[in-house]
Amino acid sequence: MSKEWPLWEVFIRGQHGMSHRHVGSLHAPDAEMAIKNARDVYTRRNEGVSIWVVEARHIAASSPSEKGPLYEPSESKVYRHPTFFDIPDEAGHM
Amino acid sequence: MYAQMVKSTGQGVKPREEMSEEERHFQDRVDAGEKIEPKDWMPEGYRKTLIRQIAQHAHSEVVGQLPEGNWITRAPTLERKAILLAKVQDEAGHGLYLYCAAETLGVSRDDLTEALLSGKMKYSSIFNYPTLNWADIGAVGWLVDGAAIMNQVPLQRTSFGPYSRAMIRICKEESFHQRQGYDIMMKMAQGTPEQKRMAQEAINRFWYPSLMMFGPSDKDSVHSAQSMAWKIKINTNDELRQKFVDQTVPQAEYLGLTVPDPDLKWNEETGHYDFSEPDWAEFYEVLKGNGPCNTERLEARRKAWEDGAWVRDGLMAHAEKRAARTAAQ
Repeated sequence: MSKEWPLWEVFIRGQHGMSHRHVGSLHAPDAEMAIKNARDVYTRRNEGVSIWVVEARHIAASSPSEKGPLYEPSESKVYRHPTFFDIPDEAGHM
Repeated sequence: MYAQMVKSTGQGVKPREEMSEEERHFQDRVDAGEKIEPKDWMPEGYRKTLIRQIAQHAHSEVVGQLPEGNWITRAPTLERKAILLAKVQDEAGHGLYLYCAAETLGVSRDDLTEALLSGKMKYSSIFNYPTLNWADIGAVGWLVDGAAIMNQVPLQRTSFGPYSRAMIRICKEESFHQRQGYDIMMKMAQGTPEQKRMAQEAINRFWYPSLMMFGPSDKDSVHSAQSMAWKIKINTNDELRQKFVDQTVPQAEYLGLTVPDPDLKWNEETGHYDFSEPDWAEFYEVLKGNGPCNTERLEARRKAWEDGAWVRDGLMAHAEKRAARTAAQ
């Protein structure tokens, strides 16, 4: 029985100086083929200027059950946003 | 619709008071329009139904390359050939986006392929019809992709994140497919009497099989009720079919072609066209494997899979050898 090609996650940088963004995944025997396949599968309409691929098994992800402990602490820290502070109009643009 | 008669749990929608705590929380998220992501908790029935539906959709994209691929080498001009090639390549891409979405639910790509090749999983009935001449390529793009779009546009809002994202990508590309088909039909309908006759015969052949794509009426189906509660199905089959007819009839009129339905007429009261149902006995025969091209299509897929085995194995062996060599250094 044949061995299935590993799964790769594909990240593409769009045209406009953006960060690489996850666009999907594909199967390929190695990194070189993964990039070639990603070109065909995810950039048929000029969607990108650069491709990253990483084997899916190398990605560590947070778990949905950790949502509370991970993100709730920042909810109470409203002073991290500039709109928290009232600056008088007289002080000019800040 | 590329997914037809997808079975759900078969038990109808569970009343809220019978749901577990997790199920209630899940349903609330779906009702609130939140996307469910692969690692989130989900009912087993949701996972299984989605795998069936997304895989059937993916298989349809892949098998759907065959009737059109049939005409790549015989396209009438180099431009038409390049366009058709691009379209067929898109279909392969759409299949890949969808397989990836299905795989996030914990099923392997090879398992899905094997399920298609063994006949355990289905693909859309429409691809079991032959494309007899160039006008059929126009009709496929216009009618078949048109019907697919009807189903896929609402599915962009489906509750499962990876499926929704795949649908958004697919819909962006699908519009090109329908327009290139209509462009072929316009050219032929405005051509010689012989070309116009070919265009008319193509719509005669593809009209009812296109209506069948939406599947039989499912307004009383327990499977559909559950899928709709989970937002993996957004409209009933009848709603989508009606929408397709309403949109397509004026397009046929513009071409000067006749929809092959003597009972087709505009209904002032409902604001929709009345039309004849397709022959559902034929539909069930095609699903059972007795359509004009079922055997040929599956054989082509099996051959591609078997003939490609040595390439897949060879590339894998090469990659492993190289990785081992790098590790040894």
